[in-house]
Amino acid sequence: MTTTTTTARTSKPLSTLLYRHRWMRLVGLLSLPLTWLIGLYIVSLALLLVTAFWYIDAFTSKVIPGFTLDNFVLVFSEPAYITTSLRTLGVALAVTLLSAVFAVPLGIFMAKLASPWLRAVLAVAITLPLWAGYLVKILAMRITFTEEGFFNWLMAPFGITGPGFSIVTVVLTLTYLWFPYMALPVYTAIRQIPVNLFDASSDLGAHGFTTIRTVVLPLLWPALIAGSVFTFSLSLGDYIVARFVGGANAQMIGSIIASNINLNPPVAAAFSVIPIAFVVIYLLVTRRTGALERM
Amino acid sequence: MSAPHATTTPGAPGSADPERGHGGVELTAVTKRFGETTAVDNLTLTVESGEFFSMLGPSGSGKTTVLRLIAGFEEVTSGTIAIAGADVTGAAPFDRTVNTVFQDYALFPHMSIAENVAYGLRVRKVAKAEQRERVATALEQVRLSHVADRLPHQLSGGQRQRIALARALILQPRVLLLDEPLGALDKQLREQMQIELKQIQREVGITFIFVTHDQEEALTLSDRIAVFNNGKVEQVGTPREVYEYPQTAFVASFLGLSNLIDAAHAERLTGVATAISVRPERVRLMDARTEPAAHETCVDGTIVETVYTGPTTRYIVDTVDGLRVVAERHNDHAPSDTAPYHRGDAVRAVWVTEHAAIVP
Repeated sequence: MTTTTTTARTSKPLSTLLYRHRWMRLVGLLSLPLTWLIGLYIVSLALLLVTAFWYIDAFTSKVIPGFTLDNFVLVFSEPAYITTSLRTLGVALAVTLLSAVFAVPLGIFMAKLASPWLRAVLAVAITLPLWAGYLVKILAMRITFTEEGFFNWLMAPFGITGPGFSIVTVVLTLTYLWFPYMALPVYTAIRQIPVNLFDASSDLGAHGFTTIRTVVLPLLWPALIAGSVFTFSLSLGDYIVARFVGGANAQMIGSIIASNINLNPPVAAAFSVIPIAFVVIYLLVTRRTGALERM
Repeated sequence: MSAPHATTTPGAPGSADPERGHGGVELTAVTKRFGETTAVDNLTLTVESGEFFSMLGPSGSGKTTVLRLIAGFEEVTSGTIAIAGADVTGAAPFDRTVNTVFQDYALFPHMSIAENVAYGLRVRKVAKAEQRERVATALEQVRLSHVADRLPHQLSGGQRQRIALARALILQPRVLLLDEPLGALDKQLREQMQIELKQIQREVGITFIFVTHDQEEALTLSDRIAVFNNGKVEQVGTPREVYEYPQTAFVASFLGLSNLIDAAHAERLTGVATAISVRPERVRLMDARTEPAAHETCVDGTIVETVYTGPTTRYIVDTVDGLRVVAERHNDHAPSDTAPYHRGDAVRAVWVTEHAAIVP
């Protein structure tokens, strides 16, 4: 008796159809993400922009569709709003810089010096805070930096008082929140630098710091930009941190938007354009450095 | 400080340099352990100034570790290393008068070719004008002036290899270390680069220490060869010495093909109970009835395989007392003729007794 080993070909009409028609495959691939992107993402942003040109009825506090530039005039003329915008920009830049300054040496240590075991521990330590809730982390920082908090208790013997609830604590807290988004791409990028580039640099006469400046940093540039897009834009949009650890003088753009969101939605919308503008400018600047092409 | 060798007067490497010729390397009782494994085991080795010295061995034999110890990328566990007469055992790589050509070239991917070549001068803060001049000379020396503005990934493997060489040589080191620099190139390019390396070494006149696992490459290029096995040097000598007079069975079998005959068989054949090694090209085949001369040794057997390699044909002969002997014969007969012996033929394999090396 002989057995046939040929597998029977079952007909698969759907696969055949998709195979024959390229456009059907594209529709299949793109329909869901495009609905999401256009329907929710773009449209809601567009609505926001449109609202910025509407105004509010002085008596009823109702939003009236129309066209006025008053909201923008207010945003760009009110000194408090201007200071807040600049403060927010400064905070976002400080958080980005601080994250980068921490991430590079840590990444070099993890990727090139740490034992596999220690590397795993550190990788977990960096990512673990991502598992904790956002508010939990803010409250943790609040407890640390409050008047009778841990920081002051620890530093009291040295006569040092902590920053309390201030702009400094806002920067520290935001760095704490967004650091993983900088540390991970930087660490990954350092791991990808071949070890023998370090050897070669040293062989050609460069000391450690020279190697970092001339070899490591230029190769890390794309990762630093990628990380900074997160740290910068996330800091720019945050207001909860300012509210809980910022004290009286640390209002952010978000704080003002939040307080206007019910009172005067058109003003809130107009003010939202500012962080968007900052991010767009930031991306344009980074694009000029050529880092985005290599991402 | 490493400054002196970097700031000597510019000009073609190999031009009159009072310090030239003082580039010997001495390793004394060097041991290197990585955790439990001993990569280099109590090694004592002297590389003469100006010689082309190869370290040959299979992967894991410790040859690359020795190179990295000389360069300073690894620290010795015990022992001392001296370069040009100065003890450098604890010195950092940037304080040693050696430079390295890496296996995969290790060119900086974000720098142009000219910037790569200039790197050593730049970190030593050599004046810009001098940098430009010396980079131009170095690129000319490897005949790649036209790629100065390109990035490493735009170059072919052979070009990258030459750039790595130029980048190391521009600092006029006393010793150049080469870690399997030709390993990634295809055969034809490799042979061309071998000749080029040899020429450059003769031009610049400095010590080259060359790591390779390719025995043919080592034989072709070297003034002397150290054969490594298991973290130890089995034999050091000129190519002819290590090939013709291998002192151990490992050296005999690692360099080229070899018929290793153990002590018991050797005693039956020659009357002396020491293992011997005979190169296939020293073994002749003849008719089983022909009597060998008095100074010759012979074994009878049957050809079990013939291998045509182009210039030669190899005959694999299984002898009556269980030996396998390979005889290699130059195909110097008329091209249209087939080989004089065939599979299944009964033959007598013969060699001059004293052409066999004793491998205790």
